[in-house]
Amino acid sequence: MSEQVKKHRAGTKMVPVPTNAIVPERDVDEIPVLETRHLGIEFGGLKAVDDFNLTIGKTEIAGLIGPNGAGKTTVFNLLTKVYEPTTGAVLINGKDLHGMSIVQASKLGIARTFQNIRLFDKMTVEENVRIGLHNQIKYDMFSGILRLPRYWKQEKRQHEKAMELLDIFGMQDLADEVSGSLPYGVQRRLEIVRALATDPKLLLLDEPAAGMNPHETEELMENIAKIRDRFQIAILLIEHDMSLVMGVCEGICVLNFGRVIAKGTADEIQANPVVIEAYLGKKKEAAK
Amino acid sequence: MRAKRKKLIYNAVTFGLVIAAFLICQYMISTGQMTRSLRNQLIPICCWIVMAVSLNLVVGISGELSLGHAGFMSVGAFTGIVVSGWLLNAFQMEDVTLRLVLAMAAGGLLAGVAGVLIGIPVLRLKGDYLAIVTLAFGEIIRNVMDCVYVSVEGQGLYFGFLNNKLPGTLLLNGPNGAVGVKKIATFTAGFILIIIALVVILNLINSRSGRAIMAIRDARIAAESVGINITKYRMMAFVTSAIMAGMAGALYGLNYSTLVASKFKFDQSINVLVFVVLGGIGNTLGAVIAATALTVLPEMLRDFGQYRMLVYAVLLIVIMLTTNNPTIRTFLDRLIAPVKRLFRKKNAAELLKQTGGDAQ
Repeated sequence: MSEQVKKHRAGTKMVPVPTNAIVPERDVDEIPVLETRHLGIEFGGLKAVDDFNLTIGKTEIAGLIGPNGAGKTTVFNLLTKVYEPTTGAVLINGKDLHGMSIVQASKLGIARTFQNIRLFDKMTVEENVRIGLHNQIKYDMFSGILRLPRYWKQEKRQHEKAMELLDIFGMQDLADEVSGSLPYGVQRRLEIVRALATDPKLLLLDEPAAGMNPHETEELMENIAKIRDRFQIAILLIEHDMSLVMGVCEGICVLNFGRVIAKGTADEIQANPVVIEAYLGKKKEAAK
Repeated sequence: MRAKRKKLIYNAVTFGLVIAAFLICQYMISTGQMTRSLRNQLIPICCWIVMAVSLNLVVGISGELSLGHAGFMSVGAFTGIVVSGWLLNAFQMEDVTLRLVLAMAAGGLLAGVAGVLIGIPVLRLKGDYLAIVTLAFGEIIRNVMDCVYVSVEGQGLYFGFLNNKLPGTLLLNGPNGAVGVKKIATFTAGFILIIIALVVILNLINSRSGRAIMAIRDARIAAESVGINITKYRMMAFVTSAIMAGMAGALYGLNYSTLVASKFKFDQSINVLVFVVLGGIGNTLGAVIAATALTVLPEMLRDFGQYRMLVYAVLLIVIMLTTNNPTIRTFLDRLIAPVKRLFRKKNAAELLKQTGGDAQ
């Protein structure tokens, strides 16, 4: 674990707030970036997520963990409006997402990556980031077709901004590569850069370390901390790699069968018997 | 920069080839070297090129299979004929160029309106369903056109649906189509239309809107999650394509003295799709070449008499197979390689000069 990351976690004290949710102490006076209240969704009678309550502070790095099929990705899909919840509400910066589309949610400041990478793989790295900038640096179709001055100006801004973002993650040299031909780890990083290009308040990472070797995971942890420090945004990540979750996440929420079974800091979660039971099963008396 | 340069070269080659072909044709016409049958083909070739380029926007760039493209062409064709006839009869507008431009603009506009109206219900679907519904809409347009009567008297236009008792001279006569159309289409107009279509498509691809359209094609959910309005950009591609098809249709219609709606049957839509597929889906230059070759080919096969379409089909299959054959492809690549190397050497030399020889 890098020193930098360690320092972040060590310095964070979690304090209770009136809604019995927990956020980092430094974010306690700010409006939480995400608040879900009794969030739930049913698929034909099956409650995939039920009574899900989670609060994330303005600059918190939070983790969402749980055994396979617990409903973690479903939660992401609810937060990004891929699914409309059957019950409950999602608040982003205090604004209710009810009835909004995926695009509107994105404009409010939610960005995400996907469990199975979804890049625009026939396009170059730079174009991928430029598409992320779609709603940041705008010009209309006619300026584009007629190549009006506005086109040149905004294209230049897009290029500069895209290169700046790629630069942060050491990818400026790859700008012209076709994104589908990149190594797996780099594709994952590019997906994060593309999400960051939308200027989010909350970044959702769905298994960012999947398929990475320990060295790449280490690098990812540093990048996650770097993103939070540089952009001052909140990050919620789903991950099975416990070294990453315990290393970088401040608040952790454990999901099992669509329900929250525990919330707390890394140390609290590791010591929680309910969590251990969910992951490893119940201790049998006969095993003595 | 490499990707950017590649695009620049591709665009330059596309425009260069079209302009060169135009100049060669003009030269051959002026010296009388061009056969009559080929000369008659020039304007239709221009129209089919524009059709192929515009369908390529929907099929190749936007990634939706649309089988009703001939429908938009017929809307444009009949609108063009009506507008041209109306301007001539009602306003005695003798200026052929102005009339042609106005007719084409009106054809594009109305086809665009048809594109919006059809796009609203159709673009809720995707994949095969979209293909089926666009096919149906193409047929609906053709059948509606069979029932429309338009006449002109004084400065007024009269419209009738299944009702041919209209005052004045008929411009559109229902199932008998348009008769006595003044042929005002010119090869130059066709060439300009191709250039416009190429500028629109190639500039669109390299702009914010074009990237959004391609993003939807490549990863729909990811595109939505970065805030791209899917409906808006699919519609943009569909309507732009319809407008260009309408303009091509107007030019096509004004090249014949009679025109019936059954000319724009389903098989014409498929024909245009064949141009796009043969040219390589998403490849604009390929679409231009394929449209030209496959429009000229059936004419050149007239010697085969009744076996013409059979030979055409066999040739088409052979072309599709050979252009996808890896052995032949590598052979072709090897043929082009010396030319490419020449360019690369030049670039390297320039680079050396710029950096003052440090690159060594």
